[in-house]
Amino acid sequence: MASGEVLQSVLRPAGPHAHSIHDLWLLMFWTSAAVFVAVLAFVAAALVLGTRARRVGGPSHASERSLGGVVAGAVALTCIVLLGLLVASVWTGRHVASLRADSAISIAVTGHQWWWEVEYEDARASRRALTANELHVPLHRPVVIKVTSRDVIHSLWIPNLQGKRDLIPGYTTAIWLQADRAGRFRGQCAEFCGLQHAHMAFDVVAEPDGEFERWLDHLREPASAPAGDAERRGLELFGARRCASCHTIRGTDAAGQAAPDLTHVASRLTLASGTLPNTPAHRRAWIRNPQEPKPGTQMPASPLPEEEMTALGAYLDSLK
Amino acid sequence: MNTHVAAAADAELGTFERTWADPPGWRGWCAAIDHKTIGRRYLMTAFAFFLLGGVLAAVMRVQLARPGHPLLGPDLYNQVFTTHGTTMMFLFAVPVMQGLGIYFVPLMVGARSIAFPRLVAYSYWMFLFGGLFLYVSLLLNAGPDVGWFAYPPLAESLYAPSKRADVWAQLITFTEVASLAVAVSIVTTVFKLRTPGMTLNRIPTFVWAQVVTSFMVMFAMPAVMLASTALILDRLVGTHFFDVEQAGDALLWQHLFWFFGHPEVYIIFIPGSGLVSTIVTTFSRRHLFGYLAVVLSLVSTAFMGFGLWVHHMFATGLPQLGESFFTAASMMIAIPTGIQIFCWIATMWSGRVSVKAPMLWILGFFAIFVAGGLTGVMLAAVPLNTQLHDTFFVVAHFHYVLIGGAVFPLFGAFYFWYPKITGRLLSERVGRWVFGLLFAGFNLTFFPMHVLGLHGMPRRVYTYLPEMGWGPLNLLATGGVLLMGCGVLLFVFDALAARVRVGTEAGDDPWGAGTMEWATSSPPPPGNFPRPLTVGGREPLWDNAPDQPVVVGLRPGMRDVLVTHVLDAEPDHRQKFPDPSVWPLLTAIATTGLFVASIFTPWAVVWGSIPVFITMVGWFWPRSASDGGTRPWPVNGRTLPAPGEMPAAGGAI
Repeated sequence: MASGEVLQSVLRPAGPHAHSIHDLWLLMFWTSAAVFVAVLAFVAAALVLGTRARRVGGPSHASERSLGGVVAGAVALTCIVLLGLLVASVWTGRHVASLRADSAISIAVTGHQWWWEVEYEDARASRRALTANELHVPLHRPVVIKVTSRDVIHSLWIPNLQGKRDLIPGYTTAIWLQADRAGRFRGQCAEFCGLQHAHMAFDVVAEPDGEFERWLDHLREPASAPAGDAERRGLELFGARRCASCHTIRGTDAAGQAAPDLTHVASRLTLASGTLPNTPAHRRAWIRNPQEPKPGTQMPASPLPEEEMTALGAYLDSLK
Repeated sequence: MNTHVAAAADAELGTFERTWADPPGWRGWCAAIDHKTIGRRYLMTAFAFFLLGGVLAAVMRVQLARPGHPLLGPDLYNQVFTTHGTTMMFLFAVPVMQGLGIYFVPLMVGARSIAFPRLVAYSYWMFLFGGLFLYVSLLLNAGPDVGWFAYPPLAESLYAPSKRADVWAQLITFTEVASLAVAVSIVTTVFKLRTPGMTLNRIPTFVWAQVVTSFMVMFAMPAVMLASTALILDRLVGTHFFDVEQAGDALLWQHLFWFFGHPEVYIIFIPGSGLVSTIVTTFSRRHLFGYLAVVLSLVSTAFMGFGLWVHHMFATGLPQLGESFFTAASMMIAIPTGIQIFCWIATMWSGRVSVKAPMLWILGFFAIFVAGGLTGVMLAAVPLNTQLHDTFFVVAHFHYVLIGGAVFPLFGAFYFWYPKITGRLLSERVGRWVFGLLFAGFNLTFFPMHVLGLHGMPRRVYTYLPEMGWGPLNLLATGGVLLMGCGVLLFVFDALAARVRVGTEAGDDPWGAGTMEWATSSPPPPGNFPRPLTVGGREPLWDNAPDQPVVVGLRPGMRDVLVTHVLDAEPDHRQKFPDPSVWPLLTAIATTGLFVASIFTPWAVVWGSIPVFITMVGWFWPRSASDGGTRPWPVNGRTLPAPGEMPAAGGAI
């Protein structure tokens, strides 16, 4: 990305919800700018007139009655402007809320300290698909995200696509979004949630329907069986070194619920909720000492011998 | 003959000052109840906490100056930002405004003392001990780290097992006790101790602002005390108010907290706007334009301030109709604020304006506060709020509102009232530099944060990735802090220098102002007014008749105070006020013991209340049957003493 570019921005909307809010932003910004300039111009004028009156002396040139009229007029104008902005705000709110459809893709996102559990819902349980810290959405199709939290309050926010929504334990709420531009959009937790609130991000990949369906089909698959000796040893170690007590790899015995599903971990864009690029080297470094890039994370350090790390790494690399 | 009268008057003045003075020595220091002593302590302590909170802010800015900066880890950063917010809200903004109230409200209403002076002394000690408790905890690596808003479940013991969240919750208890005590004292002072002639529509706007704020304190603070007590109970004895697993509710906290938290903003801003009215009036050399409208704006702001709390919760996903109501209410509150701004402009417009140092801060206030108010209107719109909430845009917004709306007027007030408090003027030339540094530094620090928020930077992050593109603007913001720091240091230096006799002598009324505090010497004597002046207009020093009557019948050798009627301030009776006492300090020590111990064991509430009870018995122990109490006002059938009527010799009645 070119320098000066930012990865996530309210000012570059990529879907109808974000567009509609952006229009409201423009209206508010220009109205506010005009009001600001007008008020400060009056302050400046009052300052000039007032200081001149002190220097020159003599009675005040403005009668109380005419001043009262001007002040009343300014108050009336304030009320009108505010009423206009209120109407615009409510109208935008209704419009944003109306952008939804029954045929939408439904995704359940559950917040954890400090990662996002993502489940693509389906009426048939066998067609549900689980991943973490990454959403794919088809272009031009509404998506509904049902959010809740397993521990503390988090907030799901993808500035380019939609406003934020809190993930509150004990509550499930739904938020709609839609991407009209292909690309990778970053989202980030926006409610303070403890030590690693800063490193609780995720990616949203917006892609054409076909690519999305292929991705989702692949996500539903269990992990491919280990191909070589190294991978087999890696799977063994995944259980023996207690990775499996927290992580799930579908198609194996690993079924831990406390941490991200790793069935297709090697195909994801980032590691540790957007903290690191998901390269083989970063995966190994992360296992060795996750506390270094993300102090406080719930994942303990695993200083494995080189042989074991090579095998475990090879296995994880194979989880495409 | 004349010299004889003068000597008698001098003797009477000496008796009067001895009667009202705090006792000498360290014991007297502990027993002080003079509202000016307590007010000064409040102001200086709150300013010290402002400096500490500022240091924490600077540390945060250095940490965020570049991506991945290793200066602070998340654990320390969370303690620092929580302590910064908690300090600025509870240990600076509210107490500094109440400190001004304690010092100036009795003077401005022509009273000899604040009502309940011992309670106010107790309040100061509680405030001081609470603040020390917070900072000792921070130094022991037990500073609160759950945010100044302490949302459960994050603040529940499951996710915050150490004592840090308890420190936060108990600090709230300390500061609430302190501010409630001041609030009732100020309301009582204004309603019952005004000098004759100061009818409701002659009360100075700053005093109105203090009354309105005090009422807000009384209605808002109980909500947060309730909430923080429930949190302490959850953590200490395992209740389930906010425990989702046990049918508690995480959103309940947010409603209770913001029912306090939003009015809190106005508790800080309303005194600020009272300061603006005062300074604009004085330096425009005319009565405030639209006094009634300004006062009614203050009152209506206070009412509306209680109807906006949900705009802190728009991202929780509330029903749309409810959201629209709170959007409308949040926008509507801009109207009374607008009315005040227009009245201030009209006052300057038709006045004779001199731009002395205090006025400079008011001009800065206009620029900053109006910008902050406008971003507030943006945040009131639900759709936009869902994008901007909990981002640096909000950080920018509320610093524009609070620093613009409260701290700039406050600095104006420092320059305005410093001569009254110390008898010496601050330097105009240095004042211009201080203002310039703070104004430029402030905008450099906080303006870029609007853009950062729009570019997706959330609040309360201890670091960010280099590829986010937030580095340059963060560096700029950190640079601004340097300027602000220089400005504040220069101010402190100038204030200290002026204190050690570099400053010009002020005289009673260096600005030619019109309110009562300027009718006595600088600094005012103990007891404020040897012969309280009655009031013949809104700005007594401008409006009073040359033969304006003075109050008679108060014994110079007694702590006599004239109590008046609420509406028209007609004399009602005189009351003997309490003497200085160390019991408020001892009670505060006992209360502090109870509060601190009770974060470790619930039994502290039982055993700790015994010393509190004992010290309170000492506090209220009557000295004699004839002591204290009320006496009927002697001038029968007359609301005011006759013009020129002098106090009877020896004050005998």
